[in-house]
Amino acid sequence: MSAPLVEVAAISRTYTMRSGMFGRSSAVHALDGVSLSIRKGETLGLVGESGSGKSTTGRIVLGLEPPDAGEVRFGGKSMAAPGTPEWRVQRARMQMIFQDPLGALDRRLPVADQIREPLDVHGLGTGAEREARVQELLRSVELNPQHGRRYPGALSGGQRQRIVLARALATKPDFLVCDEPVSALDVSIQAQVVNLLADLQAELALTMLFISHDLRVVRQISNVVAVMYLGRIVETGCADDLFARPEHPYTQALVSASPAPGRRSAGRIVLSGDPPNPAARPSGCAFHPRCPRAISRCATELPALSSIASDRQVACHLVSGSQAQSQDAA
Amino acid sequence: MTDATLKDTAIRRRISLPAIPVSVALAITWIVVVLLIAAFAEKIAPYGFTQLDLRNRLSAPGNVAHWLGTDELGRDVLSRLLVSIRISLLIAFGATAISAVVGTTLGFLAAHFRGVVEQLVLMLTDFQASMPFLIMALAVLAFFGNSLPLLIGLMGLFGWERYARIARGLAISANAQGYAAAVRQLGATPARIYLRHILPNIASTLIVSTTLVFPEVILMESGLSFLGLGVQPPMTSLGNMVGYGREYLTRAPWIMLAPATTIVATTLAVSVIGDWLRDRLDPTLQ
Amino acid sequence: MGRYFAIRIGRALLTIILVVTFAFVVLRLSGDPSLMILGPEAPPEVLAAFRKAWGLDDPIWIQYVDYFGAIAKGELGRSMRDGRPAIQLVLERIPATLALTLPAFAFKVALGIPAGIYAALNRGSAIDRAVMITAVAGFTVPSFVLALLLVLVFAVQLGWLPSGGQDSWRHAILPIATLGLGGAAVLARFTRSAMLEVLGQPYIRTASAKGVPWRKVVTAHALPNAAIPTVTILGFMVGTLIAGAVVVESVFAWPGVGRLLVVAVANRDLSVVQCILLLVAMTMVTSNLIVDFLYGFLDPRLRAKGAHA
Repeated sequence: MSAPLVEVAAISRTYTMRSGMFGRSSAVHALDGVSLSIRKGETLGLVGESGSGKSTTGRIVLGLEPPDAGEVRFGGKSMAAPGTPEWRVQRARMQMIFQDPLGALDRRLPVADQIREPLDVHGLGTGAEREARVQELLRSVELNPQHGRRYPGALSGGQRQRIVLARALATKPDFLVCDEPVSALDVSIQAQVVNLLADLQAELALTMLFISHDLRVVRQISNVVAVMYLGRIVETGCADDLFARPEHPYTQALVSASPAPGRRSAGRIVLSGDPPNPAARPSGCAFHPRCPRAISRCATELPALSSIASDRQVACHLVSGSQAQSQDAA
Repeated sequence: MTDATLKDTAIRRRISLPAIPVSVALAITWIVVVLLIAAFAEKIAPYGFTQLDLRNRLSAPGNVAHWLGTDELGRDVLSRLLVSIRISLLIAFGATAISAVVGTTLGFLAAHFRGVVEQLVLMLTDFQASMPFLIMALAVLAFFGNSLPLLIGLMGLFGWERYARIARGLAISANAQGYAAAVRQLGATPARIYLRHILPNIASTLIVSTTLVFPEVILMESGLSFLGLGVQPPMTSLGNMVGYGREYLTRAPWIMLAPATTIVATTLAVSVIGDWLRDRLDPTLQ
Repeated sequence: MGRYFAIRIGRALLTIILVVTFAFVVLRLSGDPSLMILGPEAPPEVLAAFRKAWGLDDPIWIQYVDYFGAIAKGELGRSMRDGRPAIQLVLERIPATLALTLPAFAFKVALGIPAGIYAALNRGSAIDRAVMITAVAGFTVPSFVLALLLVLVFAVQLGWLPSGGQDSWRHAILPIATLGLGGAAVLARFTRSAMLEVLGQPYIRTASAKGVPWRKVVTAHALPNAAIPTVTILGFMVGTLIAGAVVVESVFAWPGVGRLLVVAVANRDLSVVQCILLLVAMTMVTSNLIVDFLYGFLDPRLRAKGAHA
């Protein structure tokens, strides 16, 4: 365990949405006071339904858009403003893996040229060295030089995502943000790509932010997990610990809905009520309309994220301190 | 899929490519001929285009010395036609290139900077689209007089707003998601994003627009020259030949019919190729 | 609703301001107006007096503001050829131009729109193909060539009609035919594609699948929706009524605004050119405004969209 590489301090992001012809604008709180910290060589899994603010968090952590409030620090320094020359130089140290690999690749260029592109952009190595690096990268994502000569359209979904991965690794970055990297792939391919990611992460000592709604994938690859609901973090903790003993009712519902070996499906918690809508955030704890255990206090008072164990934090009025841990151990 | 089957389908695709309709083949042939004429006009022309033959004035086409006849000063109509094709195509190509570059650049600037720059570009495109270009062109010619570079530059202001609209729209959607956003987060400069990635991706749509603008530029230039306000004598262009030939409409209609036919055939050919390209490359463009 | 029209009117004013600015910039760039108007041989003290009288020594932005003021008062200068006010010269030519463009406009609408609708409803028929071929010809044959061909056939060969001048109604037939045929072809092609687009919409298929008689589907659903894009091009055509006959008036020696413009450009009679430019801009802007108002009437959805544009 080492010092944090990425520190996110209470970031918020609000989008304004216009509706109707007179342009009445309403504020959508995509993120509200999110704090995270990722240590070097660790993988943080970010879990939540769509609309929970996972992807926005990923984009802000990567510096692709600035937060409205709060700060992101990378390697102890604050992030450069997007689009500036310093920002562009910084890109070599942090990269992104996208959900849709076909959309993330230029259909009009052979994929080897696209793997080479970050080297060209950042002026790394001579022409021959760049060529050699491209071949090395292709091998490291388990593709051969012939694949490099093809266009994205002539590759399978899994192969495309390997190309995106090779491109992201070209500059030997320290930090990788993976935004739903396998959810667009066939289930049979998903495992291969996740295994490859896990291997490369271990081999290159990468620090990762892994965003997914799929708990199985997150459990496989993450050291630490954070659960988001409507722009706020509701629970964080060590991956094994959190999945074994979820504390927040929302986490419990997610975990129970995710099939896992050796666990009976009898205890499955089915969430009722409307799916979360960031434009109409409920008062108090945003989860209370769907929470099976909500009390009157939940509708009025926003629970703060507080530590209940050494590395476990939960934002729930029903969970406080160590005495709550035993309640739902089943 | 093995490599062998991949190669197989690639070959099959290559074989199916030359399935070109007869009208398109004719149009392409015509354009190639016209381009060759433009390139070698002076070498193929049997006479100098200003060379007088006062004994053979207004002689009818079909005679051995002058295949397409002569005009009122005994100048060879064929030679003048060849040189006219060169000048008219020079203006049309120059102007189309200028308008494509100007329009695409403005469209990219609007997409990149958004805000005030975008509003300014949109205002100019609205303005350009709402004023009849011929009137604006005539006003500029009245104020500045006439020369070939000015005429090319002026025609280059024709149609730029279409490229600007297309380039802006496509660049905005490419920036919002997908390859452009991916390349941006690699740390690429805007110049690299727009020129190496977005431009090749939208090139087919821009080329189709070119086939719409190009014939209109030819028509616009020939119209101005016909009115005596475009290409000036002793230089000659297709519209200019029709304009001067009109005086001899009753006695020597061939002076005017030869260049008129060339104008119609060329604009028709480019339109036919454009329609075909649009169907093949870009079915979304109306 | 109010916002929609406010934005449209704002845009119209902006276009006028841009045209005036364009004229001002071009006028100033083209040389010293005192030299151009008085000639290079004018004595220096006359030039100086002229410059003072016309405010040419003022800073450029004051000249720019003054220019707007003069135009607002209708002071558009005098023709360099006969010294009469340019605006008067232009205004007295308008009836002659309208005598060509109005009948031609009626001709285009009466021929082009029904032909386009018929072609779309009978797609692939012989008439559809004929309409399409004519429409392509209408685009690729420039108006001066069409005009000369008509002269060649009807004036020279057949001797039925005069080839130029303005002495009787018979002189107007060929110019009107030239303007009308070209415009009708454009309008037919446009109407056809607008109709085909509408006929391909799901609501048309739904209506006919529900058993609504085809005749009623066309008149109640297809035509009103296809009218929207057609109105745009009609608006543009209305905007060109004043100066859309530049080429045709020149071919037929018809003394309208277009011919005046060509002569003024050839003689570099700047006041007259500027006057026509402004007149055209105002016509275009007015017709665009009318189209926008009609849009609001034809399609309430556009009002909502326009508010965001």
